[in-house]
Amino acid sequence: MKKDLLVPSRRSVLKGMGAGLAASAFPGYTWAQSAPIKLGFQLHRTGIGAAYGRWYERTAQAALKVVNDAGGIGGRPVEILFEDDATDPKRGAEVVEKLANDGCDLIFGPLFSHVVIGSAPRAGELKIPYLVCSEGYHVASGMLNRWTLQPGITDVRSQVSSMAPWVAANLGKKVTMVYPDYAFGYDHRDFFTEAIKAQGGEVIAQIAIPPTETTFTRYLPQIPAETEVLYHVMVGPAVLTFVKELGDFYGSGARPQIFGFIDSLEAVDTASPGLEFLEGTYFWEAMNRVKQDGQTEAETAYRAAVGVDDTGASVTDAADVSTYSHMFSVWETLHTIKAGMEAAGYQSTADRQKFVEALEAMTTMAEGPGNPQGDKVFNGKTHQVFGHQNISQVTGGKLLRVHRTSIEDGQYADAVDYTTMSF
Amino acid sequence: MKVWIAHLAVLAALAVLLAVLPAYHATNLARILTLAVFATGYNLAFGYTGLLSLGHALFFAAGVYGAALPVTYWGLSPLPAIALGCLAGGGMAAMVGLLALRTAGVSFMIVTLMFAQAGYLTLLYFGQITGGDEGLVMPDATALIPGLSPDTARAVIAFALFALALVLSLAVIRSRLGRVMVAMRENEERSRMLGYNPFTVKLTALVLSGLFAGAAGAGYALLFGYAGASFATIQYSILPMLYVLMGGAGTTLGPLLGTAAMFYLVDGAARITTATLLVVGVALVLLILFAPKGILGTLRERGARWIP
Repeated sequence: MKKDLLVPSRRSVLKGMGAGLAASAFPGYTWAQSAPIKLGFQLHRTGIGAAYGRWYERTAQAALKVVNDAGGIGGRPVEILFEDDATDPKRGAEVVEKLANDGCDLIFGPLFSHVVIGSAPRAGELKIPYLVCSEGYHVASGMLNRWTLQPGITDVRSQVSSMAPWVAANLGKKVTMVYPDYAFGYDHRDFFTEAIKAQGGEVIAQIAIPPTETTFTRYLPQIPAETEVLYHVMVGPAVLTFVKELGDFYGSGARPQIFGFIDSLEAVDTASPGLEFLEGTYFWEAMNRVKQDGQTEAETAYRAAVGVDDTGASVTDAADVSTYSHMFSVWETLHTIKAGMEAAGYQSTADRQKFVEALEAMTTMAEGPGNPQGDKVFNGKTHQVFGHQNISQVTGGKLLRVHRTSIEDGQYADAVDYTTMSF
Repeated sequence: MKVWIAHLAVLAALAVLLAVLPAYHATNLARILTLAVFATGYNLAFGYTGLLSLGHALFFAAGVYGAALPVTYWGLSPLPAIALGCLAGGGMAAMVGLLALRTAGVSFMIVTLMFAQAGYLTLLYFGQITGGDEGLVMPDATALIPGLSPDTARAVIAFALFALALVLSLAVIRSRLGRVMVAMRENEERSRMLGYNPFTVKLTALVLSGLFAGAAGAGYALLFGYAGASFATIQYSILPMLYVLMGGAGTTLGPLLGTAAMFYLVDGAARITTATLLVVGVALVLLILFAPKGILGTLRERGARWIP
């Protein structure tokens, strides 16, 4: 029988339908290819970490925009699911489960140590990469697991150790330490004491302040008269009282050199009334909140993207001071996630292990748009990154950099090799 | 008998839920059951005996560390550790009770709060051992019950703890002791006149409550892999109270209902707003306005008088 073109056969109809189906499925196929990468963000929106959380969220949003504007990760758009953990370890673990259940490819962003330590076991069991921006030594100490990494901020052990050479050479060798009487303070106590000893100095007194203390007058007389450097780190609102009482204690007479960690004054204006006594004293800063001479192009772009002005405050509200020495870790972590996922050829949650292995294989991170704080060395065995630190002096109420450490100043022997642990 | 059957039916339903729910919600349910043990214990002291304590975080934390320390330092296996944690909670409640029960009402609240705060600071003080504010990571959950997957083991342990707590709590309140506890709550002076010793009854209730809190704390630490001083903060004294108030003080199943409601309230609120605490606050205000006796307490008042 001659085939009539106008009377289609069953076969040609089926072929046509097939082609039509394939065509209609095509946009769906491309959509599936560009389905967004979902990143979970464990955010300290409420609770004790809220001041940090506010800026961590802004930084994450800014970094997200930059990454998406540049084509996303592996050509796929990126979205971030923020979930409040109330800066509480119990809720933190629940948030990890929730974000994993919501289909996030990985989780990042927590700062407070107890939240990280409370959540990491759940992340490990759920086998979801957990990238912390915490600066705690708990990652490199070997306390956590293969799925937990810290690629965005140098840990406190390294920060503290890297201060010692400059402090010993420029401020003095007899140091008295004032620190809060809990884990964060102990990291300072232990690692600085060790580091200053290696520089030929010594810690002549260690004054631990209980966390419930609201006034410090009874501790100040314990500072030995021969103290050359007073090293202080006090996290929390009590720092204002501490500085004021320290000022009253020394009056206008001679005082030792004073060196502190900016953690106490993150989100606080150094020119606040009551902080006048800080004039001329020194601070550790991971990243200088006040714009310095010779600020890099990358940092200029970063500052503009996160909305921080030249003094370190929000461009929309001068009273809203940023947590500039910590929040860059969110930005850098997101860029490292991009680099790691692209290196691993990350497609879906089935590639989570490949992603962790890709991060472990990283060794250096160059200074640039993704790392505005500076170049870094990543130790894949300890899952910890190491970068430069800064020492600034309060001059006219502003923090001006006087020294930038080398990465080597903060390096120490590995305490763990996570790569030997199973996934 | 009907009451017992109803409770066993609830337990059976929970077991089925644990088995059929997707992993995420099953884990949540295990969490809720463990915390409901804490709330059930709180209910014995507060709901039935009228002891408004603000120190239960201490008993919970005693359980957390009663289990976590032997596991960390002596390698004790998880199940005996939970038993130890339970005893630690009861022991702590006995010590606090002996002193704090010399007071009543607001003073009792303040004294228990002070003990809990002292306990929190003690955990920080011995930070080298307890991990202080940072806390300790517990062993991998695969070790919970050898041979069982972590999720299954968690479900089994949480269910067992809750079933035990519910049955025990029901047995207590239906016993003579339970009725005397209620008598203390309603009119302590009259009970004393009838020949009961308020101190012993209240101490017994508090110790029972502490045993429950200890078991919950131990279970929580081991099932979810973390022990830390934050479990001794005031928040963990307030939580069981909210669970009980929401579910219905003086009802056996109220604590479970309240724990689940609070959990999913926070979880659900976070999906629609960043102001989760506001949602929780509004829910609690509405509860006080329209159902001051909690969910089950209100149902009981409105006709379902059989609710125990």
